[in-house]
This record gives sequence, structure tokens and C-alpha cells, in this order.
Amino acid sequence: MQFQRRLRAVKEPLLDLMITALRYKSLFPFPGRWVNKIDAWTVVAVIVAMTIAIPISFVIWLTFFPTENVWPHLLSTVLPRLVGTTLSLMLGVALGTCFIGVGTAWLVTMCQFPGRRFFEWALLLPLAVPSYVIAFVYTDLLEFAGPIQGSLRGIYGWNTPQDYWFPEVRSLGGATSMMSLVLYPYVYLLSRTAFLEQTAGVVEVSRTLGYGPWRSFFAISVPLARPAVVVGLILVMMETLNDFGTVDLFGVQTLTLGIFDVWLNMNNVGGAAQIAVVMLMLIALLIGIERFARRKKKFHQTSQRYKRLASKNLAMGSAILASIACALPILLGFIVPFSVLIGDATGYFNDALNDVFLISVWNSLSLAGLASVLAVSIGVLLAYGMRLNGWGIFAAITRFASLGYAIPGAVLAIGIFIPMGLLDNSIDEFMRNKFGISTGLLLSGSIAALTFAYVVRFLALSLGSVEVSLARITNNIDGVAKTLGASHGAILWRVHLPMIRASLLTGAILVFVDVMKELPMTVIMRPFNFETLATQVYQFSAAEQFEQAAPAALAIVASGIMPVILLSVAITKVSFGRRDSLGVNF
Amino acid sequence: MGLTLQGVSHTYGDHKVFDDLSVTVSPGEIVCLLGPSGCGKTTLLRLAAGLEFLQAGTIKLSGEVVADNNGQIPPERRGVGLMFQDFSLFPHLTVSGNVAFGLTKMRANEREQRITEVLEQVNMIQLMDTYPHTLSGGQQQRLALARALAPRPAVMLLDEPFSGLDQGMRIQIREETLGILKVSGAATLLVTHDADEAMFMADRILIMGPTGILLQEGTPDDIYRLPTHPFVASLFGQVNRLSGVVLDEEVATPLGIFPALGYEDGCELDIIIRPDGINLSEGGKFGVPVNIINARPVGESTFVRFRTNVQNTSVQEFHCRQIGVFSTTSDGKIKAIVEPESTFIYRRDQLDS
Repeated sequence: MQFQRRLRAVKEPLLDLMITALRYKSLFPFPGRWVNKIDAWTVVAVIVAMTIAIPISFVIWLTFFPTENVWPHLLSTVLPRLVGTTLSLMLGVALGTCFIGVGTAWLVTMCQFPGRRFFEWALLLPLAVPSYVIAFVYTDLLEFAGPIQGSLRGIYGWNTPQDYWFPEVRSLGGATSMMSLVLYPYVYLLSRTAFLEQTAGVVEVSRTLGYGPWRSFFAISVPLARPAVVVGLILVMMETLNDFGTVDLFGVQTLTLGIFDVWLNMNNVGGAAQIAVVMLMLIALLIGIERFARRKKKFHQTSQRYKRLASKNLAMGSAILASIACALPILLGFIVPFSVLIGDATGYFNDALNDVFLISVWNSLSLAGLASVLAVSIGVLLAYGMRLNGWGIFAAITRFASLGYAIPGAVLAIGIFIPMGLLDNSIDEFMRNKFGISTGLLLSGSIAALTFAYVVRFLALSLGSVEVSLARITNNIDGVAKTLGASHGAILWRVHLPMIRASLLTGAILVFVDVMKELPMTVIMRPFNFETLATQVYQFSAAEQFEQAAPAALAIVASGIMPVILLSVAITKVSFGRRDSLGVNF
Repeated sequence: MGLTLQGVSHTYGDHKVFDDLSVTVSPGEIVCLLGPSGCGKTTLLRLAAGLEFLQAGTIKLSGEVVADNNGQIPPERRGVGLMFQDFSLFPHLTVSGNVAFGLTKMRANEREQRITEVLEQVNMIQLMDTYPHTLSGGQQQRLALARALAPRPAVMLLDEPFSGLDQGMRIQIREETLGILKVSGAATLLVTHDADEAMFMADRILIMGPTGILLQEGTPDDIYRLPTHPFVASLFGQVNRLSGVVLDEEVATPLGIFPALGYEDGCELDIIIRPDGINLSEGGKFGVPVNIINARPVGESTFVRFRTNVQNTSVQEFHCRQIGVFSTTSDGKIKAIVEPESTFIYRRDQLDS
């Protein structure tokens, strides 16, 4: 039985592929009345999906066939420490975001207190601040020479660091707090939806069965929301693993920092690849947990009727506490860094408007624009390919290609860098042998390579937006359009695209903003002397020239507010059941 | 000419939807495919439109083969009109934009003329610049019809075209649609699970059983008067079912003895009696004495439930319709007489469902 089931699992996708091949025989009309169709769309889509899957496949391949065996060396030296630090950071951030995210989500959905409607969307604002920006802002504020310690010394008459104790922001704890402050909105968003989705019926039944309000909350609401919270935490941990700027600034030795160190400082790509493999295993573990959590989610809600839980009116004292609890993350995660940046940037305004800054603005905008247009176009290509081909092997390839969102930028950079170098070298060799011309490194370190890297990493965002909105268009619409004489291409152009316009824009904005703030891949893969806003922030903050980093950081934060506005509109307009409309649940 | 499906078979995985099915629709004719949901009638329609890959058989449109073992012409080149239950209007296009969608090959002035013509036909010309979501259900149905008819298809395919409408509106829209389809002269294949709808619309009805087998084909009159299968006989309202074994060319049932001419002894028969095929009368000479359970007036007739007058409480319950008001005062004196023309007898061992 077991074997048969497994056989069917293999056979069915293969069969699907064959039927697909049969169904659309060719695009080119043969003379006569028969038109055989090879669906060119599917062919192109498969090629594109496979190209995008190369970096991910390459890193996985490295796992099984390492280029050089540096394991013993790595294991005996840095690896245990890197893994330990990374795990502590991930767990710390997970705990922090769980506490802030679930707590605030529960308050705004279940209780009534002053400012609740404002907090509902404002709690998303820290999402606009990249962790490396908030990190340098707080370093500036909290270090020995900073204003906080300065005024404390002024008040109490201390002089040297030996006179008093003050928490060191450049530490594992500091990095954990910084990341928790800007990453908790993921958990907030998902758990808020999960709380909203719960119909009042189940809690009311639990009350009639003798459970008090608090016991009902822990016996019913929390278990029901748990899968969503887990998904949010997984997203947070993936982001943590991906982070480069914060850990670099704070000198927290994580795996990502290890890759940079081994690759760029020790010039050992093979060793960096080994570390990448370890990170990939962590990611695989996270994805496994995430799938498990989502599977459990399927058992939710047997009731067809939805009734919103009545929110509890808090008494005066508790209401004030609730308001403070919700205001604090917004204050620390957004208002403080934002106002510090504005202050610094205005103070530095005249110096900021130099050529280097303007060029990096232009570079960031054009790169982000290019990548988002590409990512959305490819998203349309692949999502439409899936619609044409159903859920067989094609869908599996597409899913695999969109895995980039889960994989840290530093790991992807290795997956792109090594194969691309091989390709460049073989082109060079071929050209020298045939024509006596040396082409050198054509692709490596080019804008094209960097854009490709962005598309690989952020495809899931655009693909998700397109897919979700395409799925809302019934197959009957396609059927009617076909019988009215429209070809696949015509249906896409005249029916689907106009109907999903809004989602295309959403997808483009999400990719645009993520490219604007992307740091690890940009640092490694950019062309020589090519500056973007993110690299500017990175370089100035690494050199502790925080005022000079402010204008670029402010520009990134300002662009990051766009998706926050989109999200806030979505969550205030629709309070229930359309969380997927923005494709945020990757 | 018109639409021909010959020897069409279809399976989904292990599930055989139908096998070796043949349907012909002549130009100007309306053929209804009537069957319960899940019997594969929609699949047949999608095969004719080219939206489903033909697995076996031949499909011809206007005498030309569009699909057989050698390959098939894609739906966009078949020129059939298609209408779905959900209407599937294009939400981003206006009423006239929806109608214009299939008219890409026409010149601009010709197109405008055709749009006006079609919209006038369905009485929607004043709504031509509005969007589908502002239309009522009936208007949406008419727009879907106009959109399908605009390119002047030789074949029209309609999938439950009236199910999306509420009861009151359905009858009026049905009549309008019938008129418009007749004027268009297209060969129309309409799929429905509603027997009344099929009887009203069709020149010819094909009845599919739950397993995708074609049970009977004929005019509405044939289907009603001479159903060849118990499933067909029971399509029009809730029926009374009896069974019995033949003895001396007769079969004895709780509702009396029925003649079974030509059936040999020991043969098992199913007997179906329509609710309007039982007359109840008081103090008559003939018939089976019955006890009335209850009688409910429903409009022009009364729905009566009764049992035969025997002491065994587990006996079968029957029901019938009596014209006008029926009073139940004189219990025990009422007799039931079954009308032969509403009674249908089938051999159990020869039924193929």
C-alpha cells in the first residue's frame, strides 16, 4: 500500500507533464486546417524558472558534493561558535518578536482602549526601518559619547566608564533588541489575523462549558492562533539569519558574518560555501517547521458562520497600560529612529546633497525599479504558466524557483557567484581559442548579475501577489474568452492583466522596497565602486560617521513606508479573511 | 450541420464520466441535456467548446471536424457561443466592452453596429456604458447571452443558464432567451438539471442518468408520456414506487392489481406512479380503501399523504395530488384509483443503471 501510494506520487506529476505536452501541441499553424500547438509560454516559463532555480540548486548541490573539504578545519575553529551565536540570536529575536507581536495583536483585537484603531495600523510602522538602520541610530544614541550617556554623566557627575554600568549596545543582546524592534510586525500581522479569524462561537461554547474568560483564552484562542504565530516567527528567524548590517556593526559573529569573513577577508570561496551549506540546513529546518504549522492550520474553523468576538472594554488603569504597551514598540521601533534620522539628515543636508549621494539615490532607484519590473513580469509569466498547466511538475519547479525568499542573501550570492564565474571563464576560454579575444569576466560583478540576484531573492513576493489575484479569476472567465476567439496571450492581455492590475502594483512595490534595503547581496555582488543607498549607510555607519549615513538611511525608510501604507489600508478596510491579498505570507 | 458529437468517451483518472456518447443538434434546434449534477453534462459541453481535451470520439461543428484522434482545433478558433451558470462577465469591461470582446475581427463601424443590434435585442442598450457589477441578475444573464451571440456563432452552448437567477425572474428570462435563441438560428445545446426548464426550452431532450448513460432521447412530449426508464419517469416531481412479482400476467401491489401483459411469471417489476396519477374518491365502488395521513392545500391542488387501509403499521406511505381542495373528514371510506396513463412498469433485470 505504502509503496503504491509512493508510486502514484511519482506517477501523477509525470502524467500531468505528459498530458500538458499533449494538450498544447504547437504554436505554429501548419498548412491546412489543423493547428498543432507547442505551448511556447510554458517552454519559456520552464526555462526562466529553471534559470532562477540555479543558485538555489547550486548551493544544495554543494551540500552533497563540497568543492574542497574544509569541514575539519571549520569544525575545529569557527563553526561551533558561529552556529552557537546564530542560534542564540535567532531564538532571542523569536522570543522578543513573539512577546511584542502576539501581545500587541491580542490587545488590539480583544480589548477596547484609547487609541486602539490608531495602534492597529501604526504597529506596522517599524517594518519600514531596516535593522541595520535602527542599529546605527541606537549605537549613536547609546554609546559612551552619545547623548544619553552624556546627559547621565552630566546629571550624576560620572566621568569614566568605570564610574557606572550601562548596557553595551554593540552586543548579542543589543542585536537581539534591535532586530526584535523592527521584525515584530511580521508576528503582529499574522497573529492579529489569526485572532480575528476566530469566530466568537467557539469561545462562547467554552464559556458555557465552564471555562472562565482567561482559561478560554489559553484553552481556545491561543491554540487556534498558534500555527499563524509560528509562521510569523519563522519569517522573523529567516530575516534574522539573512541580516548582515546589524551583526557587522555590532560585531556579533553569526554565520552570515562568517561567510563574509571567510570569503572576502580570507579569500576562501570554498570555505564560505561550507558555511552557506550550514545556513541552508537551518533554513530547511525552518521551512519544515513552517509547513508543519501550516498543515495543522487546515483543521481550523468548522463553522461556516463568522461572528466577531466582542472586545472587552478595559478599566481606566488597564486601558492606560494597554495604550502604553502598544505605543512603546512604535516609539522605539519607528518614531525614535525616524526623528533621529530627520534631525541628523537636516543638520547634514547641504553636505548630503553631493554627487556621491545623488548617484547612489539614482543607482538604488534604477536597480529597484529594474528588479521590480523584472520580478513582476517573471511572476506573471510563472503564475500564468501554472494556471495553464495545473499543479504538476511545472508548479513544483516554480515553487522551487521562488524559494529564494527563504534563503539568506549571502548564501544566494555564493550560489550565483561560483556558477557565474565558471560561465564567464568558459566563455572567455572559448572566445580566446576561437577568435583570440579575451572577454574577461562578462557577467560577474555586473549590474545584470546583481539584478538577477534580486530577482532570485524576491521573486516570491511578486509571484505571490500575482498568483493570489489570478486564482480569484474563475476558469469560466477563461473559457468564455477562449470561445470568443481570444488566444492565451490575448486572454492574459485583455482579461487577466486588467483584472489584476492592483496586485501587480502591490507586488512591484514590495520588491522595490526590499531591493532598496537589501544589503548582503548588494555588498558582495555590486560592480566595483558602485554605490547604492544601502551600501552608503553600511559604509558610513561602519566608519561611525552616523550623520553622513542619515540621508541615505532616511531615503530607505521613506520608501519602506509605502508597503506599510498598503498594509494598513488593507488591514483597516478588511478586518477578516483577506490577509493573502497582499501576498505577504510569502 | 450544426453540432455533432460522435462516440465521445471521457474519463477523469479512474472515473469514467461517460462512454461512447453521441449527440446531434441541427441548426435552429434547441437540444437540452437533462441530468443530475455530476453526471458529466458540463464535461460534454466543455468538450464541444474545446475547453476540455477530447479523449475519444469525433466532434463536428457545421459539418467540419474540430476534434478527433488526430488533434483538435483550439476553442478560440471554433466560433461557438458559450454561456456559464455564473455568467463569467468581464468585470473590468463595460456592457458594450463585454459584447465587443469577441468582435475583434470586425471593422470599427461594423462592430459598433453589431453591438447596438445585439444590445437592442436583449433590451440593454441604455445600459451599454455601465459595468457588470451594477447590473441585476437578470441583466447579467442577458448580457452574457448577448456577448455569446454577438459574433454570430453557428453553435450555442449553455451551461445551466438560468440557475443563477431567482425563481420569479427565471420564467420570464427563460421565455426571452428562448425567443432570442430561435431568432439567432444557432444550433443550441443547453445543459440543465431542472426538468421543467428542459421541458420549456427544448425541441428535443436527452436524459442522462447519474452514471453518465444516455437514458432516453425524445421530444418533451415523448419524455413526459412515454418514459422508458424509471429515472425518466420520476423526473417530474416526487413519485410513488412499488414493486412486485408477475403471476399470470398480473402483478399484485398494495394499490391494486396491475396488468403485466407479456411478462413471464416470476419476473420482478418496478412500478412508478406519478402523484397526479392517483385519484381519491369517497364512497366509490372501485379502488383500494385508504387512510389519509394528512392533506395540505398547495395552490391549485392538494397534496395528500395516505396509507392503504390495512392493520399493519409498517406499510408504505403514498402521496398524490388532488385538484382543488380535498377534505379528510370521512376516514376509512376513501378509495384510491390509479390511472394507467400515469403508471409506468419496468422490468427490474433489464434496467441498466
